[in-house]
Amino acid sequence: MSEPPGAAVSLAEAPPADSPAKPPTAQRVLPLHRPGRWISTAVVLVLVAQIIHGLATNPFYQWDRFRYWFLRPTILDGLVITLEVAALSAVLGLMGGVLLALARLSGSPVPRAVSWVYTWLFRSVPLIVVLIFLYNFSALYKTLSLGVPFGPAFVSFDESRLATDMTVAVIGLSLNEAAYAAEVVRGGILSVDQGQHEAAAALGLPKIYQFTRIVFPQALRSITPNYVNQLIGLIKGTSLVFYVSLLDLFGSVQTMGSTYPGDIVPLLLVATVWYLILTSAVSIVQFYVERHFARGATRTLPPTPLQKVRTGLGGLRARLRKEAAV
Amino acid sequence: MTTVQTPDTRPAALEIHDVHKWYGAHRVLDGVDLTVRPGEVTVILGPSGSGKSTLLRVINHLEKPEIGYVSVNGELIGVRRHGDRLKELGERAILTQRGRIGFVFQNFNLFPHLTVLDNVAAAPVATGKLTKPEAQELARELLGRVGLGEKTGAYPRHLSGGQQQRVAIARALALRPGIILFDEPTSALDPELVGEVLAVIKDLASSGTTLVIVTHEIGFAREVADRIVFIDGGRVVEQGPPAQVLDHPQHERTRDFLSKVL
Repeated sequence: MSEPPGAAVSLAEAPPADSPAKPPTAQRVLPLHRPGRWISTAVVLVLVAQIIHGLATNPFYQWDRFRYWFLRPTILDGLVITLEVAALSAVLGLMGGVLLALARLSGSPVPRAVSWVYTWLFRSVPLIVVLIFLYNFSALYKTLSLGVPFGPAFVSFDESRLATDMTVAVIGLSLNEAAYAAEVVRGGILSVDQGQHEAAAALGLPKIYQFTRIVFPQALRSITPNYVNQLIGLIKGTSLVFYVSLLDLFGSVQTMGSTYPGDIVPLLLVATVWYLILTSAVSIVQFYVERHFARGATRTLPPTPLQKVRTGLGGLRARLRKEAAV
Repeated sequence: MTTVQTPDTRPAALEIHDVHKWYGAHRVLDGVDLTVRPGEVTVILGPSGSGKSTLLRVINHLEKPEIGYVSVNGELIGVRRHGDRLKELGERAILTQRGRIGFVFQNFNLFPHLTVLDNVAAAPVATGKLTKPEAQELARELLGRVGLGEKTGAYPRHLSGGQQQRVAIARALALRPGIILFDEPTSALDPELVGEVLAVIKDLASSGTTLVIVTHEIGFAREVADRIVFIDGGRVVEQGPPAQVLDHPQHERTRDFLSKVL
């Protein structure tokens, strides 16, 4: 902004410019003017407006068809499958990851080697390969289960096709997720100060208590952002379960797209918006989880968005009042 | 060694017998012998790298000695006798033994995610010695004793270094240990905060608790110690009452060290 230099000074009720020798009574520090910020804001706003205008008016996107598909039962059924697969794999994957991380950090060489090999293997093989492999594997085990009548694990394969596909999808994603979660959890545990381990040991706290109450809660602070990253990857990764014939969100969109080829773009937009909503929900949860684990680690907790808006409005009001007074 | 052991029917509060400890090829402890009587306050002095912190950590088995043994109130720590040999104890047994030995760290090592009250009350509950309300009652009492009765709900990060160290002392006391070890308890503190921590330790010393303190505060050592042990090169060079070791050191190395720090 090209304000005259005197304008800002008058805000601080400093003496007029013709008596510079007189020291200002209140030594208020004037904030630096940043005209670049205003210019860049204007440029970005114009660009965003253009993009929104394009999105809204271009007939290519067929927003009426988007509205038609967005809450269709077939899409919502797919969404439920996506949520189920993602939630189950996230929980099982994290549990597996914690076990693998503990094995990797154990003093005993066998669990350490097993954990290392597992992580190496499942980080090397693409998820889609794991899924399709398991899909064929399950068919193999179903025929095997006929010859081994007392194998309780195989009973589930005799149930409906959907349950089988669901099982394959969750197992595949969990196996993959656990390998990555293991490294996230291990990194978190290593980030906890050595003094904490020593203090817990010196107090004679039982091993399990040391981990669950002292080390892991502190590790969670650095595990959370990394694991949420993993989780978002997992939510999008669920779209691969379509290839083991499970109709998740992406699967439903894909199937409807081949039935109604004219609607493929609005259907993809439907999937995009739903994935955006899921990711946003996870990010919101992340904020509050991180805030929870920041207790004791920072002197003051970061404000929630509501608190930020409130203080922001308060500050704006105070400034307007001051400017009105001048 | 110049002290004459007075006959005492009670077992020694602490007995360190011919303890050797290596880090790789580096010899940190080279045959340390030390006996501490119940209620005695022992201050360990020595130049940095002399092995005094390692010696303290060997006592509660945070470090395992390669040769030799430590016993506290007549109980071998971290090992058991197997015929005429020593065998390492399992993790669980060692953890139980550590509950009888208080340890105060240079860097406090309070649990930052727990309130001051929970820091102090955690161990008695976790080790099954007290119920939660009993432990909290005890924690309040101990925090009052170290002058922090008002701070029970605060998190460690909100306290000054001196206050944190006093919480750490209360935390060590909560298990009612037979002996308390202090590893340079004031070295991480701003000078004006040292006094409040030393006052708490002095109070403990006068209450008859057995204390072993590694410190660089010579004035404090003179005031509080029944005995001063000077360590260099992983060995006990000289020990005796403060007036003897500090004012009339027998060894060249002790004289040399004291001339630098006094």
